[in-house]
Amino acid sequence: MKHVPLLFINVVIIATCGLIYELLAATVSSYVLGDSVTQFSTIIGVYLFAMGVGSWLSRYIEKNIAEKFVDIELAVAILGGASAPVLFLTFAYVTYFGLVLYSLVFLIGTLVGLEIPLLMRILKDHLDFKELVSRVLALDYVGALLAALMFPIFLVPRLGLNRTSLLFGMLNAAVAIWATWLLEPLITDRKLLFLRVKGFVVLVILGIGMIKADSLTTLAEDGLFSDQIVYAKSSPYQRIVVTRGKLGHSLFLNGNLQFNSFDEYRYHEALVHPAFASFAGEPRNVLVLGGGDGLALREILKYPAVERVTLVDLDPLMTGLSEAFPALSELNRNAFADPRVTVVNADAFVWLDNKRDEQFDIAIVDFPDPNNFALGKLYTTRFYGLLKERLAPDASVVIQCTSPLYARNSYWSIIRTLEAAGFTVKPFQTTVPSFGVWGYALAKQQPFETPTKLPAGIELKFLNEDYLASLFEFPADMMPPSDEVEINRLDNQALVRYYESEWRRFE
Amino acid sequence: MKLTRRELLTTFLGAPLALAACREGAPVRFPEGEIVGQSDALGHVIRDGRNFEVPAENWKTVKIAIVGGGIAGLSAAWKLKRLGIDEFIVLELEKDTGGTSASGSGQPVGYPWGAHYLPVPFRENTELIELLDEMSLTEGRTVDGDVVVKEQFLCREPEERVFYKGRWYDGLYLHVGESEEDKRQLAEFQKQIDQWVNWRDASGRRAFVVPSANCSEDPEATAPDKISFADWLRQKGFTSERLIWYCDYACRDDYGLKLDQTSAWAGLFYFCSRVRKSGDESQPFITFPEGNGRFVNHFAEAVKDKVLRSHMAVSIVPNDKGVDVICLAHGQVRGFHCDKVIYASPIFTAPYVIRGFADDAPFPAGEFLHNSWFVANLFLKDRPKPRFARDFPLAWDNVLYESPSLGYVNATHQKGIDYGPAVWTYYYPMCHEENGRTKLFNYNWRELADVCLTDMSRAHPEIYELTERIDIMRWGHAMISPLPGFIWGEHRRKALEPYRNIHFAHTDMSGIALFEEAFHHGLRAASAVRQ
Repeated sequence: MKHVPLLFINVVIIATCGLIYELLAATVSSYVLGDSVTQFSTIIGVYLFAMGVGSWLSRYIEKNIAEKFVDIELAVAILGGASAPVLFLTFAYVTYFGLVLYSLVFLIGTLVGLEIPLLMRILKDHLDFKELVSRVLALDYVGALLAALMFPIFLVPRLGLNRTSLLFGMLNAAVAIWATWLLEPLITDRKLLFLRVKGFVVLVILGIGMIKADSLTTLAEDGLFSDQIVYAKSSPYQRIVVTRGKLGHSLFLNGNLQFNSFDEYRYHEALVHPAFASFAGEPRNVLVLGGGDGLALREILKYPAVERVTLVDLDPLMTGLSEAFPALSELNRNAFADPRVTVVNADAFVWLDNKRDEQFDIAIVDFPDPNNFALGKLYTTRFYGLLKERLAPDASVVIQCTSPLYARNSYWSIIRTLEAAGFTVKPFQTTVPSFGVWGYALAKQQPFETPTKLPAGIELKFLNEDYLASLFEFPADMMPPSDEVEINRLDNQALVRYYESEWRRFE
Repeated sequence: MKLTRRELLTTFLGAPLALAACREGAPVRFPEGEIVGQSDALGHVIRDGRNFEVPAENWKTVKIAIVGGGIAGLSAAWKLKRLGIDEFIVLELEKDTGGTSASGSGQPVGYPWGAHYLPVPFRENTELIELLDEMSLTEGRTVDGDVVVKEQFLCREPEERVFYKGRWYDGLYLHVGESEEDKRQLAEFQKQIDQWVNWRDASGRRAFVVPSANCSEDPEATAPDKISFADWLRQKGFTSERLIWYCDYACRDDYGLKLDQTSAWAGLFYFCSRVRKSGDESQPFITFPEGNGRFVNHFAEAVKDKVLRSHMAVSIVPNDKGVDVICLAHGQVRGFHCDKVIYASPIFTAPYVIRGFADDAPFPAGEFLHNSWFVANLFLKDRPKPRFARDFPLAWDNVLYESPSLGYVNATHQKGIDYGPAVWTYYYPMCHEENGRTKLFNYNWRELADVCLTDMSRAHPEIYELTERIDIMRWGHAMISPLPGFIWGEHRRKALEPYRNIHFAHTDMSGIALFEEAFHHGLRAASAVRQ
């Protein structure tokens, strides 16, 4: 056989591909399941064990070793190449994700485990044993190092998981096809053509996958989170992900950032205290709509006069997150344990519609941005009309209204909608580094003055009286747009369409 | 004749889907449910023409009897009450009033069994607006005098979506993948519609307006009634497949007929009658979770002491003093001596019930042809997850492009309930084969449920898992059929005249089955019997 040295390049590539598949499986599973220590540990364990199984099984392959080697390489190419997209899709659509994950890892591991022993047996007639073992194993580990370095530095940030997976599948298939030439003397002529055709089919399939990778990526959270995921769980309503980075924890709902612990106090102080500042007297009964992270609660509970806070949030998983994830309860100062707080898990729209008698002095409305129709209804004239029915006559309300800079029409559509529902509105904005410039509305049921004084004796990190007035000032690029913006109603959902067109520019 | 599953599914849904469904085998889990409502056997007692003797003590006297408690009959009763007339009764054959506007109640919301929306009336339709005002559905008028309906009763966005080749798209007309020619034809179609919207006759009447009694009788405007909508489209050179589909869907949706069965006048009525002037949006829809059941319940409450349920009028005998009405009620035969009768039942039944009608019929009642439907309500424990991230989300009306059904309406939509259990109402008009009615009643619950679920599973494979219960209503006589020539033919006009002391009031008399038409005829008859 003339190409022995070239076969060693094959070893390096095989080794690289093998480790890439292992890293992919571990990364995907820690993306979607969270708890990366467990995921990496179990995936690596299962994978290495499977490789051992593969090595042991290699003894049962006795004839036509070269052909079998190419076949196995092609199988690894297709399984490994499709692994990341398959796992993402499985997670989205199949209940038994774990079963699929570990079966796939085991299968790939077994096949990869078969490769090196078979290759060594092919080469054993051309080299003496000492030489063979030292070269093959050394190159095997070189391949592993290559993979381990490329994966975090280049592959994940540049290509994303799906493309990496497909690319290495293609590389694997290419190596298999190349091997049909290198091992030509060992393969019968009849089989040779068949193997090459098979090889090209695999290559083409993975190639198509590569071209279509974009549409696969939209299904997955590929490359979305740059920080380490420390909590991830899906409820019937949304996907909750907490990451930890240099600056602290971040909470994502359906991939949208809700807060970063580094600067969330800016957001939440601006959300809560202007409402209290514009309320004459002592507010006793407070309503929070949304805000399941408990951070608005933390600010509200600073007021000793507050006797009762009702928090209405759709998702029990979200309102229970503080308990499941201690870093959050630390951040919200254990707000959910305060006896003044009552949690209701309901859709705020439906909850308000089922009228009850209670009246609130302050309402804090802190929903995710209106990026779908189910959320859009929480920003309509109808919704604000329902809210009004639950407010004391002199109640103050603050509503988070997305960014007046990035989504100017959306922001002013919310303001106009509140006005159309009969509120007097003072728009205001501030800067939250994690979000950029952020917008709110302070609203009451009758005309009122912009607040100039903050309530006494409340400990604040961000707001002071010098800055309070400036919240209500808008620079030219965030002023109402010259064209009239539509009012958001249930029967037009104008806001969802504004929002989608404005934020899409940044995607 | 017993059909195999494949034959059944082929009959209702076409061969490709039937083959696919049968290849997969019967579903592992099949929900519970039953056939509900409409007592077919009861209605047919009348057809058999038995003789009924009323015991002397079972005779009563009442000025006016309204026979039929659907929208026409209830509207008539509501109007009589508003006119200060108190001596009337409503006789309803079923256990509940409402006719094809019947509804069910339950958690999380009520749900319709038939008609489920009402387009906001033009300001000229003052009587209907009075009803909306009385029901507190309105909040004043615009400067132009148009009625303002409260936001929560106007159909919430997203209103419609369409499922095509595995994906959901926004709206009813299928825009995705349309060619330049499709676009040109759609624009041309819109131009034709606009012309009719703006058309006025010499006395300033519109060609198409609700109620249809106010439409122009000018031959130019009524000419399309002579041909089918399919022929009309062909004559105007429309060939775009998606445009044809859109028009066919409109016919099936509003009339329970296919494009080539529907009068072109009726087809144009669908597109033109709710647009005030070209360029305007079509009038928005008023809707409730329980559909038009909301109106039924309002009427029934307004005249509650007047309604006699499970009272089947079996014989109506006009005589010199007035009219005698004989009923079967709870196994008894009861009689009412009346001055006048409002016959608010399907017109085709008149010869079977009204004595002597068949002998000197002023019009052939048998020409008032009805079509059949079945409606299924699916009680879901949860909604299917979107299959693709960019699928258009669940809407109020969800249409399957490749299906002969009309798709389904989501009852929880209008209440703003976007998570958890839901009730979906599936509509299937039996217009794809002859003898739809006979066939419909040959199928049992299990077979029709199988049709519905198989059809739905093309968009929602997990529907078998999510559906906890599926109930089915078979409407043998659901809607009057506006076949070519019927609406502007002489039979319909003659039915507007009373037969002796019996006044007819039914949406049949408009040739199109609509709430507004039934309401109009109910009020017209009420005013007529008052004199």
